Amino acid sequence: MKTLKSLAIVALTVAIAGSMMVTGCGGSGSTSKTDSTSNNDNAMIGAGSTFDNPLFSKMFSEYNKLNGLKVNYQSIGSGGGIQQLTSKTVDFGASDAPLNGKQDSALSAPAIHIPVTAGAVVITYNLPDVKDTLMLTPDVLSKIYLGEIKKWNDPKIQAINKNTKLPATDIVVAHRSDGSGTTNIFTTYLTKVSKDWESKVGKGSSVNWPVGLGGKGNEGVAGSVKQTPGGIGYVELAYAIQNNMAYAKMQNKAGNFITPSIASVTAAANIDIPADAKVSLTNTEAADGYPISGLSWVLIYKEQKYNDRTADKVTKMLKLIQWMVHDGQQYSAPLNYAPLSPKAISVADAQLKTVTYDGKPVLQ
Amino acid sequence: MESSVDTNLATRPNDNLGRVVSLKPEGTVSTTKRIKRSFRQIRAEKVFRRTLIIVALVMVALVLGIMLTLVYESTLSIKSSGIGYLWGKTWDPVRDIFGAYPFILGTLLTSFLALFISIPFSFAVAVFLGEYYPEGWFSNLLKNTVELIAAVPSVIYGFWALAVLVPIVRSFESKIGVEPVGLGIFSSALILAVMIIPYAASLGRSMIHMVPSNLKEAAYSLGATRWEVIRAVIFPYTKSGLFAGVLLSLGRALGETMAVTMVIGNTSLIPKSIFAPGNTMASVIANEFTEADHPVYLSALIELGLVLFLVTVVINMIGKKMVSRFTNE
Repeated sequence: MKTLKSLAIVALTVAIAGSMMVTGCGGSGSTSKTDSTSNNDNAMIGAGSTFDNPLFSKMFSEYNKLNGLKVNYQSIGSGGGIQQLTSKTVDFGASDAPLNGKQDSALSAPAIHIPVTAGAVVITYNLPDVKDTLMLTPDVLSKIYLGEIKKWNDPKIQAINKNTKLPATDIVVAHRSDGSGTTNIFTTYLTKVSKDWESKVGKGSSVNWPVGLGGKGNEGVAGSVKQTPGGIGYVELAYAIQNNMAYAKMQNKAGNFITPSIASVTAAANIDIPADAKVSLTNTEAADGYPISGLSWVLIYKEQKYNDRTADKVTKMLKLIQWMVHDGQQYSAPLNYAPLSPKAISVADAQLKTVTYDGKPVLQ
Repeated sequence: MESSVDTNLATRPNDNLGRVVSLKPEGTVSTTKRIKRSFRQIRAEKVFRRTLIIVALVMVALVLGIMLTLVYESTLSIKSSGIGYLWGKTWDPVRDIFGAYPFILGTLLTSFLALFISIPFSFAVAVFLGEYYPEGWFSNLLKNTVELIAAVPSVIYGFWALAVLVPIVRSFESKIGVEPVGLGIFSSALILAVMIIPYAASLGRSMIHMVPSNLKEAAYSLGATRWEVIRAVIFPYTKSGLFAGVLLSLGRALGETMAVTMVIGNTSLIPKSIFAPGNTMASVIANEFTEADHPVYLSALIELGLVLFLVTVVINMIGKKMVSRFTNE
């Protein structure tokens, strides 16, 4: 009995000492870098965009069947993915927005952007009595989100939708409350098309919204719009298709009203993409392209020799990304992602060839 | 227990405790054993006491550590925004202008509104269960139901509020002539009120149970009615306990994140009325932390955590003061 008691005491003391040590380590805070880039050459770790996650899950499981390579992808958000890449705790990051200046300068070595898929942001609305598809121009959309157009029967909206009788309902604006790549694409678009928006709000994953209600995630925005007559909001194309939501045709730069679809998003990406692939597809030049589209990128370091990475592992990772850009694209459309345009694929290939290991190119 | 150990040792001389002295005559054996055991006991006592002290210190260290981490991580933001962070009205991550005023206001508004709504219910439940029906199946049912409220995960309240409460609030708003949005401070205060009822109610109930029956019986024998007993005996006697319960509820309301985020409307504008959408410190952190893409922004969010931490500490300290004043009276 007594030995049991003293044993229990010893155990308790050890447990506490243990927890003390853990707290002690935790004290050094976020700077502690756990080297989770495992040396296991048959496993990759990626982190980033939640938008990419359904597609990546499918691609990685298919690739695993083909080549036995395991990929552990953590969908923690684009910002988180970039941070993990910065601290070199993952093999690759994934983001819906290209690295901005601050993020770029935080990296210890240059990173490259490889486009892997494209998505779009659609404008969904709740007007029970309007049967026809609503049409919107960039000017009207930015004024709605700036709070300058307040009623659905505003002459500016009515002028575009001549054949539709619009109700005198108040417009209830909904936006994302959580920071997201979707918001980034949407605000980047508004910044491009409206000087007012550029000066008053700007672009980013979270912005200071002049009007509107915030909903968490696509489902939060969709919920606000569905519940509120007169609601308007923006969600990802895939989400809107899967949930049979009404979405508006947007006027693009060429002046055409484009229905968002996988084809019109791919078309939006068929423009001259710069060699570094850091391009926003918003307000695309393509005449049949949907204007609120964006690429999604995989981010990797240009020089792959860091953290005891083996040449074998690097080759495997590049092969994986190459496969995603080419054969992997067949899984895009069924999941409502837009396949890469031919021009985007050729840029991705060129980018992959610039990757080096110890100064030597890896892929020929 | 003492005796059982003794007999054990006597009957089993080869037991590990007795082994050292087993060659000595019978009489000395038991005394040595006893001395030895008391040494062990003293040592065990010491170890136990030390363990307790260490555990207690770990708790203090943890709280201080959290506080220090928050301060350390938010230095960047404190440097760039200064003290104006507290009353700045704009939260603009694009231009790196960070003012927490709308969120501090939102947090305090929702929490105190929720508290005012919940107090009548939690006191009613406490008095009902403590005084009117302390026993029986109905009281058990009520007690368990109220406690269950505290056990339900907050995201479920969020869902329920979004699906049921918000439409009701919306139709109510259109009746009284404010913009019928439904989402907003009022809806979050309502759902928060439901969530915090059990804290004040359970503590109040056990406090009312503890009122000495001779006090109550004395009052009854003087001809007091039930209401008079509650007002003149039970309430004065349990004041500090009831207040502590309310404080517990408030603490819960201040930190609640998920359910509030889902129904508050999440806008950084300063709420114009209690029906307007707003935002709380906790929900801003939850919403924006994952995508905070530059250091100042991240630091500003951590500073928001620090402010929330301090607000909770201050409110708790004020509460403690008030509890002790009530008790000393």
